[in-house]
This record gives sequence, structure tokens and C-alpha cells, in this order.
Amino acid sequence: MTAQKSLKDLVSGLIFIGLGLAFGYATLGYEIGTALRMGPGYFPLLLSGIMVLLGVVITVQSFATGPNATPIGRVPWFALMLIIGALIFFGMTVRGLGLVPALFVTTFMSAFASERTGLVGAFVLAACLTLICFLIFVWALGLPLRVFGPWLSF
Amino acid sequence: MDLIANLGLGFETAFTTTNIFYCFVGVLLGTLVGVLPGIGPTGTVAILLPITFTFEPVTALIMLAGIYYGAQYGGSTSAILINLPGESSSAVTAIDGHQMARQGRAGPALSTAALGSFFAGSVATFLLALAAPPLARIALQFGSAEYFSLIVLGLIASVALAHGSIIKALGMIVLGLLLGTVGQDLYSGQPRFTFGFFELYSGINFVSVAVGVFGVAEILRNLEDEKTRTLLVKKVENLWLTKDDFRRIVNPILRGTALGSLLGVLPGGGHVLAAFASYSLEKKISRNEAEFGRGAIEGVAAPESANNAAAQTSFIPLLTLGIPAHPVMALMIGAFIIHGITPGPNVMADEPALFWGLIVSMWIGNLLLVLLNLPLIGLWVKLLTIPYRVLFPAIIAFACIGTFSIGLNAFDIYAIAVLGLIGYVLVKLDCEPAPLLLGFVLGPLLEEHLRRAMIISRGDPMTFLERPISAGLLVFAALAIVLSLLPAIRKRREEVFSEED
Repeated sequence: MTAQKSLKDLVSGLIFIGLGLAFGYATLGYEIGTALRMGPGYFPLLLSGIMVLLGVVITVQSFATGPNATPIGRVPWFALMLIIGALIFFGMTVRGLGLVPALFVTTFMSAFASERTGLVGAFVLAACLTLICFLIFVWALGLPLRVFGPWLSF
Repeated sequence: MDLIANLGLGFETAFTTTNIFYCFVGVLLGTLVGVLPGIGPTGTVAILLPITFTFEPVTALIMLAGIYYGAQYGGSTSAILINLPGESSSAVTAIDGHQMARQGRAGPALSTAALGSFFAGSVATFLLALAAPPLARIALQFGSAEYFSLIVLGLIASVALAHGSIIKALGMIVLGLLLGTVGQDLYSGQPRFTFGFFELYSGINFVSVAVGVFGVAEILRNLEDEKTRTLLVKKVENLWLTKDDFRRIVNPILRGTALGSLLGVLPGGGHVLAAFASYSLEKKISRNEAEFGRGAIEGVAAPESANNAAAQTSFIPLLTLGIPAHPVMALMIGAFIIHGITPGPNVMADEPALFWGLIVSMWIGNLLLVLLNLPLIGLWVKLLTIPYRVLFPAIIAFACIGTFSIGLNAFDIYAIAVLGLIGYVLVKLDCEPAPLLLGFVLGPLLEEHLRRAMIISRGDPMTFLERPISAGLLVFAALAIVLSLLPAIRKRREEVFSEED
């Protein structure tokens, strides 16, 4: 169990170090300036340094943690891909397809991400949610969103 | 007296049909998300923020504030009825509240929570009205050095009070600050960390950050292990308190209100801390200590009053200093900025109608909440039966439309996906998302004040220690870190927050 707790700390420590180094590296392209007249790179470089430092502390600590362990636990890969995919699909198609078709597919994909929702259930849920969102956002609030986009006008 | 004139102006502003309506919408939504486990006020405010862009600023803020304190009310309902706190600050309420429900006293428990919350909310709102003007006057004399130190203190205090590893939380703050630097540099106009994306020149959209790390990451977390909730009480009857109940709750409510008002001002999880602290206080001084944990009505009255009082007073740092004490407050800052108002001590002088209108609306909101929660309790009980698998696709849909409608920009949606993924990985590794959001919102402010203070002091960093107020604030920040790292206090913190999850 101890190993697992350390693993969590170890991974997060390494992530912080990695992100700190990446930000720090990107900063090198910007003018650092002096403490009196700080350039655009000064503050981010400072932060990247602190982040690497914190990452190192977390990593070192991970080798010396006590026994109260919680495992990382399972990752819902299927749901994760569906939901992230649903978001990206919405971004890619909301202009082209318009709000209603894009939203329908997005909600269908996310609803299907639940282990307890089958294809039919997801379809019904997506249809209901699309209708509700249409009524709230387009009809009631009057947001300037195209209901059906140019891809669908033949 | 100034206060009366100001409150008069507030009443005038808040008592328009539109504002009362949106106050009602806000507290209704707040109760709803408070009742429903799995979606909290932070995510809701983030998702609904874009919709409020079309409103008058005061209306938008009244509604968003209503969501925040409404959620504190709603959280107690699910804590009592299904032993699952809808909001983290209601976790303590579940201990005794759920026991009361098991003994068939769900009605009195709910009434106690509502009455305590109402009393605490009203008193704390009055304190807010009383304390804000003098504090804002002090804040007006703050220079850049003081602001820099104040932000540092705010960020650090938010970590010291939260649960979990402090070093990881500090890392999350720094990550938030770094994400906040993405976009054009304020002074030179140089684009930073944009990687050639033109959309990033104005920075990462903070609604995307909030929706990603709070909304999407939370959904993924919940989908790891889908549970069915069992509803203990199908129907709540007899909401009335007996005379004996009344006698028992008066003092706990008063003490809870006082403690909550005080702790609410602190950054971080002030309202969570307030609930825990007042519960331990009641347990300590109560004559029937053995009853705690087995359905003591004091154990419902005190924490519910405390978390509501804290929810109200946590507006003090936001309205007087422009510093958020809670992720929801960070989002409120965004709401101010989007409406072209710089949050801080100037709001009171420049926008008196908005300032006082918002405060008065909190009274109205608290009153509406009692009406909403007690007579309509049956409705909320029904809502608890909505399964999560129906809820989360709705959250995704609202998040997509809301975020897209801000700038009609697909990039903001991709940002949700990326940040949701990052947020999920970090949450999985026990890194709390709240410090990240606070850092992200305060980052640009921190950098601006740092650079300005350094120009004024001619590049001498000692300026932060030579100016007394600034030095004092930094000393507090250092103390907060040192204290929370001390083994004894660390253990105590773990005890206090262990019941929360």
C-alpha cells in the first residue's frame, strides 16, 4: 500500500517538474529584463523555478511517505474518451452543422459514457436535452447561435 | 446615517421586478445544485456565467451570488436525507442530521437547518454591510506592494486551510499562476506561451478553465464508480419544532453564526472550516455530548448556521479588496471584469447601486430560500431521485453552449477538453483544483502589482518588507505555511478534514 501512495506523489512531483521545465524553457525566448524593469519573461521564469522546486520536494517526499495509502484507482477510459471526444466534436461542428445537430451528437456521446445508459437510452436522453437546451438558450434567452449550420443547407 | 441611506439605495436597486426574479432564479438554481450531489456551485456558476453577459451587471451578480449561498441551503437537504452532502460544507450536517432522519425526525432537522441558515445569513449580511465600507477605505490606501503581499497571503491562506498536501496545493497555485500568464504581456505586448495560436493572445478563457477543472474533471471522477443513491425518506412530514427543540437550538445557532461570520472572511474553504469548527465547539461545550453523532439537533443547527454565515461574509474580501476567498468568488471577479467593473475598493464609490443592491439582494435571497426550502421540501426530495447518468450529459450540454456563446469561439471548447483532462489527471493524483483556479484568476493581478511595485521601489525587493502593512501581510503568509507544516497541526488538519470526503 505504501508504494501506491508514493506512486501518486512521485507522478505528481514529476508532472510538476516537467511542467516547470517546459514553461521555463518556453520563457527563455522572451526578454527577462531586470528586477527594476521586468521583461515579459521575468515573472513566468520565476514561477517555473518555484514549480520545479516544489516538484522536486514532492518527488523526494514520495520516497518517504507513511502508510495511509489510497490507490490511484481505475480510470474510466471509455467514458473519458467519449466525453473528451464529445467536447471536441461540439467545437468542430457547432459552426458547420449548427447548434441542434452538434448538440444532439455531443449529448448522445456523453450520455452513452455512463455504464448504465444503453444506446436507446442515450438517444432519448440526447433528444430531450437538445430540445430543452434549444428552448432555454435559443427560444428563451435568444442567444445568437445558428440552429442549423451551413453544412446542412443544400 | 450613511448606512441607512446606502441600504435605501440598495433596496431601490434590489426591489425591481427583474432583480427579484433573477435573485429567485439564482437561489433556486443554487438550492438545486446544492441538493444534487455531483455538481457544486463552482461548476454551476462557471457554466452559467456566460449567460449572464447579456444582463445588467447588478442583475448578473445578484443571480450568481444567489447560486453560491443557495447551494449552502440545498447542501443540507441531501446531507440529512441521503447522508450524502451535496456541498462539502454540509458534510458535518450529515453526521447528526442523517441520524435524526433515521429516527423519523427528518422534518425538524430540515427546519433547523433552514432556520439556522436564515438567521445566520441575515446577520452575516448585515455584518457585511457594516464591515465593508471601513475596510474599503483602508484598502484605498493600498499601494502595489501591499496588493502584491495581500494576494500572496490570500493564495497561501487558501492552501493552509484546505485539506490535502500543502506542497501539492502550492504547486497547483503556481500552475494556475503560470496558466494565467498565457497571452499578451501587459507592458510589452509580447505574446507568451501562445505556441502560435492566435486565440491564446488574450489568454486562456477562464470559463474554460473553471468548467474544465471543476466540471469535466468532476464528471470523469464520478464516472469511475457509478453508485445508486438510496433515499431514506420518501416523504417528509411534520416540519415543526417542539418547544424543547427551540430551546436547544437557539444558542448553537448564535454561536455558529458568530464563528461562521469570522471564519468566512478567511480565504480558502472558510465555510467548510466554519462548519467543522462550530460542530466541534458545540460537541465540546454541550452537556449531552454523548448524543452527538446519534442525532443531536445542536449538531445540525450549529454547522448549518456557521456555513451560511461564512458564505455571506466571504463576500467581504471580494467586495472590499477584489480578492476572492473561494473559487466561486474568483468567478465573480470574472463577472465583474466582463461587465467592465474592476473589483476592489472602488466598486463601493463608483457603483454604489450595484454594491448595495447586491448586499440587499442577499437578504431577499435568504428569505426566498426559507420559503423555497420548507414548503417545497417535497419537490427537492423528488429531485434527489434524478439519477446522475441523466444529470451529467446535461452539464456537458450547458457547458458547451455556455462557453461557446461567450465569444462564439470553438477554441474555448477545446480548452475545456484539454483542461478537463489535465484537471482529471491532477485530481486523480490528489491535487486539489481550487488553488489552481484562484492562482489563475489572481495571476495577472499578482504580476502587475509585482512589476509596478518594483518600478516604484527602483528595483529594490526590500520594499515589500519595508512597508509595514505589506510586511505584516507577508509575515502572516509565512506563518500560515510554517504552522500548517508543523506536525501537530498537520495531524489536526487531517482529523478535521478526514470526515469530509
